[in-house]
Amino acid sequence: MEKEKVIIVKDLVKKFGNFIANDHLNFHVDKGEIFGFLGANGAGKTTAMRILCGLSKPSSGLVEVAGFNVKTNAEDVKKRIGYMSQKFSLFEDLTIWENMRFFSTVYGMSRSNFKARGQLLLQKLNLFDERNRLVSTLSLGWKQKLAFTVAILHEPSIVFLDEPTGGVDPITRRQFWEMIYEAADDGITVFVTTHYMDEAEYCNRVTIMVDGRIDALDTPSELKKQFKAESMNEVFLSLAR
Amino acid sequence: MPLVQLIILVNAATMDMKNIHITVVDADLSSSSRLLVGKLNASHFFEVGDMAISKQDGMDRLQDNLTDVVIFIPSGMEQDMQKVGGSNVQIIADAIDASKAQLSYGYLSNIIRDLNFEISIRQKNSFDLKQIKSESLYWFNPELNYKYFMLPAVLAILVTLIGMFLSALNLVREKEVGTAEQINVTPIKKYQFILGKLIPFLIIGLLELTLGLTIGIVLYGLPINGNLSVLYSFAIIYLIAVLGIGLFISTQSQTQQQVMMISFFFMLIFILLSGAFTAVENMPEIAQQLNRLNPVYYFMNAIRMILLKGVGYSDLILEFRSIFIIACVSVSLAVISYRKTT
Repeated sequence: MEKEKVIIVKDLVKKFGNFIANDHLNFHVDKGEIFGFLGANGAGKTTAMRILCGLSKPSSGLVEVAGFNVKTNAEDVKKRIGYMSQKFSLFEDLTIWENMRFFSTVYGMSRSNFKARGQLLLQKLNLFDERNRLVSTLSLGWKQKLAFTVAILHEPSIVFLDEPTGGVDPITRRQFWEMIYEAADDGITVFVTTHYMDEAEYCNRVTIMVDGRIDALDTPSELKKQFKAESMNEVFLSLAR
Repeated sequence: MPLVQLIILVNAATMDMKNIHITVVDADLSSSSRLLVGKLNASHFFEVGDMAISKQDGMDRLQDNLTDVVIFIPSGMEQDMQKVGGSNVQIIADAIDASKAQLSYGYLSNIIRDLNFEISIRQKNSFDLKQIKSESLYWFNPELNYKYFMLPAVLAILVTLIGMFLSALNLVREKEVGTAEQINVTPIKKYQFILGKLIPFLIIGLLELTLGLTIGIVLYGLPINGNLSVLYSFAIIYLIAVLGIGLFISTQSQTQQQVMMISFFFMLIFILLSGAFTAVENMPEIAQQLNRLNPVYYFMNAIRMILLKGVGYSDLILEFRSIFIIACVSVSLAVISYRKTT
């Protein structure tokens, strides 16, 4: 059975001056998959993700997201994706509910649709009663969970998470991954970058980037077999060295 | 905060000539010279300090900043007047503050001319009276209240400052915090985004104008001779122009420091050229040409003309047209230069 591909990347190159941040990347992501994007700091993960989100233009190569070419139809892509950056970027001086309402209108959600879905998502988070709290008063863990909720509020077909669990405690990370699984069950494709190799085990498939190139791409168990490693950590270390 | 500025600045920027400190060197000690001193004393512009013994003494005081003007009455002034029919007094003014020196010279000349008349009348030299007499009438601000002139200017500057800085800083702050990127991954249109930044600050600017006007009326009795609807419609277009410039600056900047430096650069030029403090007509040709691109210049003209002269739309066609063009250009620049994708 051929799965539907929601992201297709062919020969993607991104150069900043003489520096090659992404060197001929080739991969695809299937619908409903949790796709892990691993790599050391500066390996080019964020650059690649920014290109997939239409924030940055590729120097060359073909990138198709949700059926649209990122280079020519970036705005069509943006309608169908959610994005959560490594830096917390909701409006600190608005309340939880105001932030959600703002982004729902930006994505053109109807008011009734927003009310229903917003309430549902917040209740899952146990934040509904706190919805009038200022976002700046939340702790980092809550902020990240809220940011994820906002990113999937408009029911995108793909959600991009850029190191969503950086600096977050293990319990919250665990809860966060439960949220990711729930989203995947709802049919949202999840594209996630991370440094945590234990998180890599939660992904359906992972790629490992080294110096702008993709050095490995497979399911975690296949990768472990391939590199004769006990854990993803060992896989990563043998590649990155 | 802007209110405090308004209240303080208007008083600080006032150029009313009051309490000019004057030192008299009377080497004549005649009835005429005493008449002159009496007249100076009676004028509320001048404050006659101590008499100096010699001209040198007076000069020393000028040197030491103890006085603004020295007036030297040579000995034999009265005699000369009676015999020759004329005499000289010397006025030495501290011209570090050029406008103050010029104004005090003007006031002094008036007083001395007055004195001439009186002396002539006293001597019944009727032929002396046959001269052309000029009488000045000051229109639109009959009391020559400098505050009426400065208040609209300060108001215009404050509205400009708020508009430009707030809008520019706000957008670049979003870039720094990261919310700009979050918005860039949404399908929002560029013009929607710029409008969303423009409208709130437009409202803030108008509120500020209203507040400033109220203070002007309550505290300073600022006359409103024109139609406020003309002023507000002008202010709306003007604010859009200024906000557009602010947003354009911030699309080109990455940090708040950059925005501050660039906006400062423009603000200073705009304000100093605008004629807020000095007459545009006295500026060199190149400055006057530059002013055609200066939104503050048009607003300065418009707000003063509307408030003090009470002019309507028909007299402000040039200003309206110019500011409208500037607004269109600056907002389009802001929309075009705002990049969602890098």
